[in-house]
Amino acid sequence: MSWISTLGDMLSSPLMQRALIAAVLVGAAAPVVGTFLVQRRLALMGDGIGHVALTGVAMGWLVGTWASLSPADTLAIPGAVVAAVIGSVIIEWVRARGRTSGDLALALLFYGGIAGGVLLIKVAGGTNANLMSYLFGSIATVTGQDLWWTVGLAVGVLLIGLGLRHVLFAVSHDEEFARGSGLPVTFLNMVVAVMSALTVTVAMRVVGLLLVSALMIVPVAVAQLFAGSFSRTMGIASGIGVAVSVVGLSITYWEDYPPGATIVLLAIALYAGTAVLRPLFGRHRRASLARDPHPELPDDVDLARTP
Amino acid sequence: MNDDSADAVRAPAVRAHGVDVQLGGQQILFGVDLTVGAGEVVALLGANGSGKSTLVRTVLGITPHTAGRIDLLGEPLGPAVPWARVGYVPQRLPAGGGIPATAVEVVVSGLVHGRRLRPPRGAHRRAMAALEQVGMTALAKRSVLEMSGGQQQRVLIARALIRDPELLVLDEPTSGIDLPTQETFVETVRRLHGGGSSVLVILHEIGSFSTLIDRAVVLRHGRVVHDGPPPTPRGEHAEPGHDHTHPHADVPPESGTGLSMEVLP
Repeated sequence: MSWISTLGDMLSSPLMQRALIAAVLVGAAAPVVGTFLVQRRLALMGDGIGHVALTGVAMGWLVGTWASLSPADTLAIPGAVVAAVIGSVIIEWVRARGRTSGDLALALLFYGGIAGGVLLIKVAGGTNANLMSYLFGSIATVTGQDLWWTVGLAVGVLLIGLGLRHVLFAVSHDEEFARGSGLPVTFLNMVVAVMSALTVTVAMRVVGLLLVSALMIVPVAVAQLFAGSFSRTMGIASGIGVAVSVVGLSITYWEDYPPGATIVLLAIALYAGTAVLRPLFGRHRRASLARDPHPELPDDVDLARTP
Repeated sequence: MNDDSADAVRAPAVRAHGVDVQLGGQQILFGVDLTVGAGEVVALLGANGSGKSTLVRTVLGITPHTAGRIDLLGEPLGPAVPWARVGYVPQRLPAGGGIPATAVEVVVSGLVHGRRLRPPRGAHRRAMAALEQVGMTALAKRSVLEMSGGQQQRVLIARALIRDPELLVLDEPTSGIDLPTQETFVETVRRLHGGGSSVLVILHEIGSFSTLIDRAVVLRHGRVVHDGPPPTPRGEHAEPGHDHTHPHADVPPESGTGLSMEVLP
């Protein structure tokens, strides 16, 4: 009885309502972008953008202080959006120009992002403690205005990701063929990069910038263990994203755990569990054991018949 | 050149003139001219490293060219090209990040191109029809990651065929591929050729395609050294019954091309 009434309390708290809506949207949108990133072997791109977004947060804070806005972090999310979009476009541009030096250039960008954030927040009159809520998430402090940002950006990411999924699949799966089909490959890569940037800023308040990439990538890692196709991987990953976000957030209503870390550890536990149990329960596996994987084709060689 | 054939009313499928390509600071192609007339099957020959793949990739706009002009199906390379009718079969499928994609999904991705960002209605049905043409119906729902090299190659042919190509470009369809898949390639080229399509095919030797080739262009050190009837193969390659399917050793460019330039009378 008390369990049900606690659940009722949780759902009637306006703070928790906002947090849950944010968690559902972020959980659904992040793996959609993550699927394209994993297929392009850019699983860590979100992480890099997260670092750069920190500078944006501090920059927004700085501008807010100058304009004597109150609270001082009114412009933190817009600042993060701008910095993340610029950072993602730079990453994509560097990547397109050459892989070897690109790796190093990305590393420089990541470290510059963190250092810039820490320095600028000091200049803005804040402390590193102010950055903590962005680094590790503070879904419980989501305001009504934050929620509108989250809803708008998440819906935008979902619409673009699902609407253009065929062409984004073509580019992620075989970039050379896409280029040889006259597709605007560079532009589409930028679209994926900007979508990642928007997802990072959307997820920033939920899981924090340091863990943001996990919500994009880990559900995809779980889904690809047993999904048989690209579209199902994306759908299942999105479902897993919603589930771990909502469950993780609900746990923190009862226990005083940090929400971001709880959500990410739940997702990773799900991955570990699925990876261990898959050989036992996967019908996929059993079906392919029963079936000869070799195609019925005539041989290239004639085997001499020995008596 | 066969431009004066019955197909002369249609624009050549490929017209490249004076194409220079530089990659990594080195010049790979020097003023290459290449024409594939409408309805023509042209073989692109040459040793490893002679620039065959680079030329094909440049013609399709994958590799940028530093000089020259390229027209595909009568339009300058770019958004104006009727991409819906250009089919390309690369040598292999990239490994990707490990997310499974079914044969149908890969083939449907052939329906999006420079003129169309979403597949049209009936995409699934057309994908199944294309897979049937290459004998892959039974594996249509299987992930391409689980397939053998030859099966993946068939899926790539189907991805090109779904466009009903007026120009088909094949990159070394016979190297490292099992015989039935090679036969699928030859059959595909024969059918498209019969329907009036043009084909540009990179080959190490003409082999199983010999009856289909109208003209051969030979590259050496990034320059065209022969453009005309298919040259005769050299040495043991010429022996009757020599069915060349084993992989080639990488020959340094200085030591010749492995092809003689004798032009048949």
